[in-house]
Amino acid sequence: MKKLLASTALILSLALPAGAQDYTPDPAAKAGGSITVTYKDDVATLDPAIGYDWQNWSMIKSLFDGLMDYVPGTTVLRPGLAESYEISEDGLTFTFKLRAGVKFHNGREMTAEDVKYSLDRVTNPATQSPGAGFFGSIAGFDKAGDGGLSGVEVVDPLTVKITLSRPDATFLHVMALNFASVVPKEAVDAAAGDFGKMPVGTGAFKLAEWTLGQKLVFEKNADYWRAGVPYLDSVVFEVGQEPIVALLRLQNGEVDVPGDGIPPAKFTEVMADPAQASRVVEGGQLHTGYITLNVTIPPLDKPEVRKAINMAINKDRITQIINGRAKPATQPLPPSMPGYTEGYAGYAFDVEGAKKLLADAGLADGFETDLYVMNTDPNPRIAQAIQQDLAAIGVKANIQSLAQANVIEAGGAGTAPMIWSGGMAWIADFPDPSNFYGPILGCAGAGPGGWNWSKYCNAALDEKATAADSLADPTKAADRMAMWSEVYQAVMEDAPWVPVFNEQRYTMKSERMGGEDALYVDPVSIPVNYDYVFVK
Amino acid sequence: MATYLIRRLLQSALILLGVSFITFFLLFVLPADPVRQIAGRSATAETVENIRQQLGLDQPFIVQYGRYLAGLLQGDMGRSYLQKTEVAELIASRMPATLLLMAGAIGCELVLGLAMGIAAALWRGRMADHVLMMTSFVTVSAPQFVVSLLMLYVFAVQLGWFPIGGYGTFAHLVLPAVTLGILGSGWYARMMRSSMIDVLRADFIRTARAKGLTRARVVLGHALPNAILPIIAMIGIDIGIFMGGIVVVESVFGWPGIGQLAWQAIQRIDIPIIMGVTLVSALAIVIGNLLADVIAPFIDPRITLR
Repeated sequence: MKKLLASTALILSLALPAGAQDYTPDPAAKAGGSITVTYKDDVATLDPAIGYDWQNWSMIKSLFDGLMDYVPGTTVLRPGLAESYEISEDGLTFTFKLRAGVKFHNGREMTAEDVKYSLDRVTNPATQSPGAGFFGSIAGFDKAGDGGLSGVEVVDPLTVKITLSRPDATFLHVMALNFASVVPKEAVDAAAGDFGKMPVGTGAFKLAEWTLGQKLVFEKNADYWRAGVPYLDSVVFEVGQEPIVALLRLQNGEVDVPGDGIPPAKFTEVMADPAQASRVVEGGQLHTGYITLNVTIPPLDKPEVRKAINMAINKDRITQIINGRAKPATQPLPPSMPGYTEGYAGYAFDVEGAKKLLADAGLADGFETDLYVMNTDPNPRIAQAIQQDLAAIGVKANIQSLAQANVIEAGGAGTAPMIWSGGMAWIADFPDPSNFYGPILGCAGAGPGGWNWSKYCNAALDEKATAADSLADPTKAADRMAMWSEVYQAVMEDAPWVPVFNEQRYTMKSERMGGEDALYVDPVSIPVNYDYVFVK
Repeated sequence: MATYLIRRLLQSALILLGVSFITFFLLFVLPADPVRQIAGRSATAETVENIRQQLGLDQPFIVQYGRYLAGLLQGDMGRSYLQKTEVAELIASRMPATLLLMAGAIGCELVLGLAMGIAAALWRGRMADHVLMMTSFVTVSAPQFVVSLLMLYVFAVQLGWFPIGGYGTFAHLVLPAVTLGILGSGWYARMMRSSMIDVLRADFIRTARAKGLTRARVVLGHALPNAILPIIAMIGIDIGIFMGGIVVVESVFGWPGIGQLAWQAIQRIDIPIIMGVTLVSALAIVIGNLLADVIAPFIDPRITLR
């Protein structure tokens, strides 16, 4: 295998330990004003231990803080509630020094006890947190429950020591996840199961009003510990609004950000109108759309067949189907992810080559298989394009267009030979290459119900992945990214996926919204970073 | 009358029990796992199993259904899987919006439908009749989504007479209510027409005419009260249709009713909400039908309830 450089990785990972790199506020930014954001669906919950959809993710980010955070508009870690941190030689002990004088929305000062309580709470099985597994490397995780995590220790009111049971190079990212947000015990207890409706955090905004099924109002936290932000006095979230209606209202000046984006059917129209197109911000996101090839179902168990399918797919044409809102992909990782292999060509579109590979595998006459797809536009149309591409090499794919939950079920059960991931594709939880491996390509996700729909399990690669994530020493970050780059190139050799495209993000905003473009395509806060945008 | 009511109430309870069983069973056999939806994609196998156990979803069907029923009898509809909020609270917070829209829409339907039906009956066989019946045919067949968007685009976006969706004031109510009114008026128009034609042929109308009453008095004073009878029963059934069909209009106009709630819950397999909304809708249908039957004898003394 060719050695290729993991270029972006180097720059990003070297920035990590510095901690000094931070955000330079926009000199034009001014305080005040209120914006309106719309969504189609209700906001599920604002409890940071529970909330896990892309809608409440950024809302929770604005209400709560964790020990770590990201520089706005980037994937670069910066300290949050922790003022500084130290990592022991062996990479097993993280000592976080907390900021003094940080207040919860209820007025009480945040202390190390709150950090411990919050981590105990999210890992306690009774909390039913979907993110509990992220904390698996903390010592005592297996016995988390009434006693709490033995690995989290309060040294003094402003110092927390966290001991890991195994080195975990992603741990600082884990501490920046919403699941690691610091919450006050008394508010959780007082809410009696409804903390998701009555959130209390340390964040830039506090929840002022919530009319179920209609709207939420976030109000500026005047005591916010980061000086100068947020700029906005309030953010109003109106729910129950169809994306197409939200667009009409934006054009009418009633809405500032349509949270669900530009409806696919209106995309060409919006981009063709210079006035509207100028209000659209385009950016990358940590997303890859792919076709999974189930390696346990013949004839997809043969690597040549999977490679042939990789070569048969015309990714440019599929990108055109979604009006060019994506870039063709060569590998599982998206380009903006550290560890992405610059210059790796993947499998080029080559119908003749694909036919030859199939013939070599003894399938010159092709075969018949099923392609599962989620039944909302544009996914069935993409599936048809895939079907045609496969037909060109003699493979007859029957499209099974189902509701999302049913496709996920078939994928988890391992009964689907091929799945187009659209609508369910992987978007990273945190900007680290390990997050694209474990659950979707590693052995851990290959079991029944797992999200590794290819059921691909390569023990040697799993070992290598573990070895990479054991390089917790920040100075070895470049080595670690190089290892991950090799892992993904090896995955492509086995070809359990056809990486098809990396979706671009298009956020629309009203005329009066200010702040640099990066805030509107923030890789962590979708659709916008509420703390840093402002009204002109 | 009393025995009739008791029998009907018992029947209603049985119907609701049946609805709850069938819905629960369908959700149980659905080839999709609610725990997967709650746990999300990054959850480890342990997390998934933990959530399954905590929610009792690892139990056999009969246990799960029994537990749900036991809770229901104590007035506990459970908590939403994803929102973690009491289902009763979620439904209660959305019920006023749905009831308001329903009242507004049925009002529009009746005004439009009855006027069309009466006019068509009086001009039976003439051009006006054909046009009206054609119109009613078109409105009942028109796709809700398209008509809703069209109404919104013309009257809210282009003309700016009404707000672009939302809830709160009378102005917000007009467009969704009128849209539903137009779409549903066709049924009433056709029903009213045939009912009116029957009544106009009756002996007592001839008598009224023979007495020398004006045409208006005959139609409004004698024919209408009799012709409207089947319409009353229709309203009861209409309430049921509304409960199921309000989803699209609520979505387009951003109306925070229970149709919207149900639609979101179905997409996320949030079983407690789906059950709750289904049962409340079923209850509304049962009550609607019951009311239609109970009111009938007061309007038409020939009907007795036994």
